[in-house]
Formats: sequence, structure tokens, C-alpha cells
Amino acid sequence: MPSKIVRKRSLIPGQTSELVLDAPQIAAKAKPGNFVILRVCENGERIPLTIADTDKQAGTITIVYLVLGKTTAHLETLKEGDEIVDLCGPLGKDTDIHKMSGPVICVGGGTGIAAMHHIAKGHHMAGNHVVAVIGARSKDLLLFHDELSKFADEVLVSTNDGSFGVQGMVTDLLKERLESDPTVSEVVAVGPVPMMEAVARVTKPFGVKTTVSLNSIMVDGIGMCGACRVSVGGKTKFACVDGPEFDGQEVDFKELGSRLQAFKTMEQLSYEEFKKSHVCTCSNK
Amino acid sequence: MCAHAPTNKKVGSKAPRTAMPEQDPRVRVGNFSEVTTGYTPEMAMAEAQRCLQCKKPLCRKGCPVEIDIPGFISQIVEGDLDQAYKVLRDTNSLPAVCGRVCPQETQCEGSCILGKKGEPVAIGRLERFVADTFMAKDACEEITGAQACHLERDDLKVACIGGGPSSLTVAGYLSALGIKVHVFEALHEVGGVLVYGIPEFRLPKAIVRREIDAMRALGVEFHTNWVGGKTVTVDDLKAQGFNAIFIGVGAGLPKFLRVPGENLIGVFSANEYLTRVNLGRAYEFPKSDTPAYTGKNVVVFGAGNVAMDAARTAMRLGADKVSIAYRRTENEMPARLEELHHAKDEGLELLCLHAPIEFKGDEKGWLKSIVLQKMQLGEPDESGRCSPVACDGQFCEIPCDMAVIAVGTGSNPLIGQTTPGLELNKWGYIVVNEETGETSIPNVYAGGDIVTGAATVISAMGAGRRAAKEIAKRLLG
Repeated sequence: MPSKIVRKRSLIPGQTSELVLDAPQIAAKAKPGNFVILRVCENGERIPLTIADTDKQAGTITIVYLVLGKTTAHLETLKEGDEIVDLCGPLGKDTDIHKMSGPVICVGGGTGIAAMHHIAKGHHMAGNHVVAVIGARSKDLLLFHDELSKFADEVLVSTNDGSFGVQGMVTDLLKERLESDPTVSEVVAVGPVPMMEAVARVTKPFGVKTTVSLNSIMVDGIGMCGACRVSVGGKTKFACVDGPEFDGQEVDFKELGSRLQAFKTMEQLSYEEFKKSHVCTCSNK
Repeated sequence: MCAHAPTNKKVGSKAPRTAMPEQDPRVRVGNFSEVTTGYTPEMAMAEAQRCLQCKKPLCRKGCPVEIDIPGFISQIVEGDLDQAYKVLRDTNSLPAVCGRVCPQETQCEGSCILGKKGEPVAIGRLERFVADTFMAKDACEEITGAQACHLERDDLKVACIGGGPSSLTVAGYLSALGIKVHVFEALHEVGGVLVYGIPEFRLPKAIVRREIDAMRALGVEFHTNWVGGKTVTVDDLKAQGFNAIFIGVGAGLPKFLRVPGENLIGVFSANEYLTRVNLGRAYEFPKSDTPAYTGKNVVVFGAGNVAMDAARTAMRLGADKVSIAYRRTENEMPARLEELHHAKDEGLELLCLHAPIEFKGDEKGWLKSIVLQKMQLGEPDESGRCSPVACDGQFCEIPCDMAVIAVGTGSNPLIGQTTPGLELNKWGYIVVNEETGETSIPNVYAGGDIVTGAATVISAMGAGRRAAKEIAKRLLG
């Protein structure tokens, strides 16, 4: 069914926005860790996006995207009140959330921070001590700092250029924290593949349970094609129905990283064609 | 294209079966238009006159939904195509689809008495001719008009989870009786395998849409993007007051070969490849946004109809060479003969008696070659087919930049996981009462591939019809 954009908020101008979508049946069911598949227009392709938040009363879900190619660029041209033609969900397994003795460290990078936000919120609701660790290249590219600050017990920030928080990477903050706190129960990481891989590498010597949310290529999102398959512990799993969350120590990140390149050339072609046809719209803004 | 009108003097049952006109193979590999172009009225008349109008028609028993075959064929002979269409619609909600994709040689035509000594009546082609002719008149209105006698019962409503052939049959049958039917489909388009699996060149999507629009005109409500077991569960539907629920979610979970290198870039399940091309209309890329891989050296594993569809799709998307790798020989191939012939005419190569051993790639993870083991046929197994036996030490490695795996599908776990009390067998398929289609939960029915495992469109429709009859009997008395 089509879904109306109730609110749109630009987080990083021209690059990342937050959309609040009218989707009561999805909002009613969505749990942290779930995602949706959407299609912007009739000729559009199906893309997966994590649910960053839900409001069951209002019947809305929140998604956050980074403009990377044609579909997200098209999404960025839409305004409040516009409709996206198809929205399907909630998909994927729910995050395993239960009361834990020690703190849960939720690590987020890039738009992954928005996805991580919903998981962190779930852990907070379950009564867990939540440590949010977020990072970006610089202060103006940092997402969801205020949102996380509302409920997270601690919010630790790193920027590559030192313009906000500590200078460095999220993995530096994570390592420091793990060294000083042996009570940590779990680490959750959502972000680009190299970042999730680095998180798993950092946590390994500490033996702390590490959950990563994988972002493989998807088509249907309901387990019928295997486009999203990943190797976990030497076995093939479908991220859309077996995941998207898996044990970070068991994931073959190299394979995941390479599989994400499969359609690079066609993605670029599609984006170039779109930019040509949308020159007027963009320059008018 | 050449004319196929009968040229000899023989008439009626003595005349040869009327050939089906089709696009020239050299032309059709360059397009996604339908391969066979359908009978002209003259061809249909000639073919219809071959039917003996048996008193006890075996063909009807061979049809899973028991269409009155002599009945609709006699209407063609009479020249009343509207009536012929009505006879078809009495038992089949999707005649334009079934006329095209049913394996008639093992069903209606396989039972035709003329087939004993010669060639059976081309029942499928006639069914298609009638449905196409009727629908070409933009017949939605006429169909609806015919339904005016049925008053809609707003106190009765039935839900179908899944929008494929079995659910569509339930919807067609019950809505014709005035019962409100809601169909919940997970994808963005209704039709199941008819829209994501079977390619445009075998079954134009416009035809599927037209048949679905005709059902919508009968009052069936279609809800797309509702995932059974996720967005909507059986318990949700019960709570919403549905009088009966039919589960027809198919068997869409692709099987892989479980050999090394299967996750290299360029290795696809047939489901992914066909979904990208058919549902995502990747053959129109970049006009449509969904990309599909264009392999130059394509190898398809498996030898059923899905494998043929994938191979013929790859040819149309510009492959230099497409081969089918199969562990047995051409004689054991499960694909319909007609599909195999079409594929061969289009340039398909067969790599029989070869089994996959390994996919090899470059350092960046892209598929470059495949290693195959040579096989020979051994003793017949329980199914009666000779089982393939590996020839020791005989391997070959051939270049391959795209592989499609079409070795079958399994049950999707979503419905089972979210429906407490639903009995499944050890393969995850739903257990039903064979007479009624009812599951272990009262008033919850199931049919099609989620009960039998991957089968045919028409057998799914047969299961849908069985369940619909039972639902109607209980609701209407």
C-alpha cells in the first residue's frame, strides 16, 4: 500500500534525511531490529531501510537514509504530504532484548546510528544500562546525538577531525570502555561494513557478545531469493529472514563487502541518468 | 512467421493438430514479447472441430479444476465465444494464464482419447484463444454484469494469505458466490509466481493484471505489501472476524547447491534472477530501477521449467553463451518438452551428465569459472529415474561469469513461525485434510505449494478450488 510522508527533517542537508511515514499496521508490529522494504515510484526498485523509531499511537514509523544513488536521491526530492508507492514490513527478526546484568554498548556509525537508536531504545525500555557510542567524520555529519541523549545512560562521541567529542574512531572509545569496564554484557554495532568488522575485531579479545546488523543487498526481503545471503559461522544465512542481526565474530565481512559491489556499475549508470533528468528540480531548490 | 492453417483436405478428428504460430527464434531472443502468438479464429475453429465430444470425457478428469472441456470446445464450433468463455470461467478463474502455462501433456491433453493413436486436441491453445478473445473486448464490465445476480453477503468475509494462483482461485470461486474476499500479498504486485517467476515472453504480465482486474471488478479486495506472518498473522485475521482463512503462501525459499564458492558475485538463485527481471522489469533497466546482472558465459544448474525460464531470460539479456548443467541426460529432464525445444531453438546448450563441484572466483570475489564432475547413469532409483554416478577423477573447469541455481525451492518459515497450533510436516509444509484442505486449526485452510512443495500453477488452483468448495459449503450451507 502507498504510504504518506507525515514529516520530513533534513539531518545533513542534501545527504541524509529523516522521514516519518504513515504506516499504522507496520507501526503496530515493529520491534527494534526490524526493517522495511520500500519502492519510491512505479518504476522504482525495492530497497531495504531499517526502522529507526515507531510511534504506535500515531501509527507512524521513522526511517533515515543516506543519499547514495538513484532511489535515495529520488526519496530526497519528496516532500511532506507526498506518498511513496510501496512500503512493506516489518521485516527481519527482532533484536534479542532482555534484562542484562551489565551495560549494553550500542555502537553506531553514519546512518547506522539511526538504526542503532531503535535497538538502544529497546534495551533502555527493558531496563538495561545503555552506553551509546557514536561517531562521524565531523560534527556536522553526526546524527541522533540529541535523540540518544534523551534516554541513553551515557553517550560517547568521536569525530575523525575532533570537532566534537573525542578525536578518533568509535572503536577507540569502545576499546577504552571495554578495558575499563569488565561488566559489559553485550556490544551491538550498526554501520558501514568496515566499521562493524572493526568493532568485532576490538571486542574479540574481551569475549563480549557482539551483535552486528548486516546491510546486504536485498530484493524481496521475505526469504524468497537469497540475494542477501551472508556466511555466518561457515553457513549460508539469509539476512532478511535469519537476521539481519548476527554474531559479529562469525560473520564473513570480506564476502559481505565484496557482494555489496555486485551492481556498482549499474547503480552508477542509474544515478547518472537520474541526475540528468532531475537537473531542473535540483537547481530550483 | 508463417501461416499454419491446415492445408490438407482432412477435417475433424482426422485432421492434424493445428500448429501454434510463434516468433522466429532469431527475432525473439532479442525481445521479451510473447514467443507463441496464439491461434487465429480459423485455426481455433479447425482445432475445435477435431474434438470428438466424448460422452465421458477423459480430458475433464485430467484437468485439476475439471473444466467442462467438451462444453467450451463445442461453443467454439458453434461460434459463441462469449458462452465458451463463461464455461471456462465456471471452473477456472485464470483461463488466459492456464491456457499458457499448464503442462497440458500430463493433464487434459495427456488424457485426450485422440492422443492414443495420434495427437490430442490442443485444449490449452483453445482455452487461451477463448480467454484472449473475450478479454480483448475489455470484458471486465461483461463479467461484472454477469455477476449482478449475486448479491454480496456483507456478513461473510474470507481472507487469503498470499496472492498466487491458489489464493486467486479461492477468491474467484467465493466472490462469484457473493462472499467478500480479501487477499493479502507480501510483494507489491498480486499474482505470485505468475508475476515474479514466469517470464514475460511466456506469460505477458498484462494478461495476469487483466485477469486480476476482472476479479477486482467482482469485489475481491487486494492488499499488497502485507507479509503473512509479519504484517498480518492468522490470529490477527481471526480477531478481525474473518469467517475462514486460506493460506496460499507457496514454496518460495530457494535451495542452493552447497558447494564452495556459491556466494561469489555472479551466482544467483533462479528466484532472485527471475524476480529482478520479471517483477523488477530489469529488462527495461535503466528505465526501471532494478538492475539484473548480464553474464556473458552463463551456466544454469537444474533442468526444470524454472531453469529453462532462467536460461532463456539470460539469452534475452545479452549472454553470448547459455548452458544448462544437469547431472542426468536430456531424457530425464523434468522441464516440459515444449520449453526445452523453445530454449534449444534460441541457442541453449546442454551440458548433460555434469555435476557442480566448485565455483571459482577472482580476488575481488567475482565468479570466473566452475568446476564440474562428469557423471554417468547408474541403476534406476525409487522414482524410476536412473541415478547419476560420479566418474572417478573426471573433472573439467569451464569459464563462467554468471551462474543461476534452479534446483528447487523449500517452504518459507514465516507462516509456521507465527501461527501457533499450525501443524507442519518435517519439511515445513502445512498438513491439511486432503478432502477439504483444512489445516489443524478449524476454519483455517491451506493449499498449493505450501502444502505439496513446488508443483504446478494448475495443481495449486485445484487445491484452491477444493478448499473454496468446502468454505462455501460451511458458510452458505
